[in-house]
Amino acid sequence: MSVKRTTMSSYFNGYKKLTLFTFLSILIVWCALSYSGAVKEVFLPTPGAVVKDFWQMHQEGILIPYTLASIYRVMVGWSMAVIVAVPIGMLIGTSKTAEALFEPAIDFARYLPVVAMVPLTLLYFGIGDLQKFIIIFLGTFFQLVLMISDVAANVPKDLLRAAATLGSNKWQTYRLVLMPASLPGIMDSLRITVGWAWTYLVVAELVAANSGLGYMILRAQRFLAIDRIFAGLVIIGLLGLITDYFFKWLTNLIVPWSEKVGGQ
Amino acid sequence: MSQPKLVLQNVGKWFESNRESVEALSDINLEIEENELAVIVGPSGCGKSTLLNIVAGLEQASCGVVRLNGREITAPGADRGMVFQSYTLFPWLTVQQNVEFGLKIKGVHPEERARKARHYIELVGLTGFQDALPKTLSGGMKQRVAIARALANGPEMLLMDEPFGALDAQTRSIMQDLLLSVWEKERTTVLFITHDIDEAVLLADNVYVMSRRPGRIQAKIKVDISRPRDHRLTVSREFTEIKKEIMEMLWAETASV
Ligand SMILES: Nc1ncnc2c1ncn2[C@@H]1O[C@H](COP(=O)(O)OP(=O)(O)OP(=O)(O)O)[C@@H](O)[C@H]1O
Ligand SMILES: [Mg+2]
Repeated sequence: MSVKRTTMSSYFNGYKKLTLFTFLSILIVWCALSYSGAVKEVFLPTPGAVVKDFWQMHQEGILIPYTLASIYRVMVGWSMAVIVAVPIGMLIGTSKTAEALFEPAIDFARYLPVVAMVPLTLLYFGIGDLQKFIIIFLGTFFQLVLMISDVAANVPKDLLRAAATLGSNKWQTYRLVLMPASLPGIMDSLRITVGWAWTYLVVAELVAANSGLGYMILRAQRFLAIDRIFAGLVIIGLLGLITDYFFKWLTNLIVPWSEKVGGQ
Repeated sequence: MSQPKLVLQNVGKWFESNRESVEALSDINLEIEENELAVIVGPSGCGKSTLLNIVAGLEQASCGVVRLNGREITAPGADRGMVFQSYTLFPWLTVQQNVEFGLKIKGVHPEERARKARHYIELVGLTGFQDALPKTLSGGMKQRVAIARALANGPEMLLMDEPFGALDAQTRSIMQDLLLSVWEKERTTVLFITHDIDEAVLLADNVYVMSRRPGRIQAKIKVDISRPRDHRLTVSREFTEIKKEIMEMLWAETASV
């Protein structure tokens, strides 16, 4: 037991070291390129300038409020997509009728470029937060439905058949077998699409926004404030990283039985 | 004389795919007695799984009838427990919870079902593993749990579709001996499917030999070897003789292609 524990922790130490190595390498290359003047400061700010800009943003009173505004939009827009997509996806994955009803329409819709729909969303939903939610919703919903339906359709048939031979009726099989069996795949789909939600945030804050990280980046672009663009990107990157780790942690918590979740 | 436990009358099965129709089973007639350990052996793709799935109610026969205790079978039910070749334990449930699954659905009292589950877990030799998750078990252990899960439900019949087919040779003979010892104690009527002739002769009261597709029952061979049995039997003369008889039957079948 103790042997196993040491190998596990040394594995994690090794993992962390490699991760740290990657981030340090990026930082070193960045420092080398910017401080040496190899790349002009109008193209690549120095890390120092970016850190200074964080402080500047804090002074302006926008660092925390803008970050929170963006998190709020991403979370609400993406949650709306999840709430609608999960049940519809489960239905499509398990019923031919639902598949015929929804799938072709969704296949059509998911190829429509969301950026091109911004004017329509402004027309229909105004310039408030609702319009931002809708953009993020449109960016994630259609993919999410298809991912979830795939997850449900790929639950091993023999698992459902085994339940039937143990006396479970259709609804019991759905509730007691299909739903838990789909959970690991659903968690994966959620983790992947929440990342896309961050991508669509900038689209959502493209027009008619007066707060948020996307808005800040777009405004900085107008003034060629390159260090602010970088600062905004770093914040979004960090938030993405945190979300990802949060989901991995949550997956471990919710589906510890999954083959993919390591360790015992 | 009492009626047979399971009766199949003129059962046939076609699979309709786009414009093509595959005949998987043709005119199957079969009678299995109460407490019989019946084994169906046949070449790959001859329709063994299809036949078992029809008895389980997981598939519908295209023609003919299947009766269990005189009642016609049309849907799956708890009266026919099944063990599959693939591992079908519910991975989010512990061994104990897996074995209790059917009883829980039936609404059996928690104490009663825990007691029953413990009994069957012990019967398949897994005491101490009640709280283990399926992902921590070996293939053989998973199939032991699957057997316990099916039996705990108190089925009229146990249906087994090549349950040891995915296991290595040594584990397979251990599992065969285990099944024999469990069956000695429970005497549940078993319909077991395999393409392994050794396995068929070792386990069976009667071996039913199937022909190539469309599958028919070609012969019923009584295995008159005393019980209790175990895998040491496989080197005895009486065993080899019956094995030879079945082999020749299956070979004649492949030679006539
Ligand atoms: N759903 C289906 N649609 C079309 N054909 C099918 C279907 N299921 C089975 N078949 C065909 O019916 C025949 C019998 O299949 P079955 O799985 O019952 O054979 P088997 O004897 O169990 O084979 P194996 O030894 O490989 O397990 C095969 O030729 C197979 O291709
Ligand atoms: Mg088969």
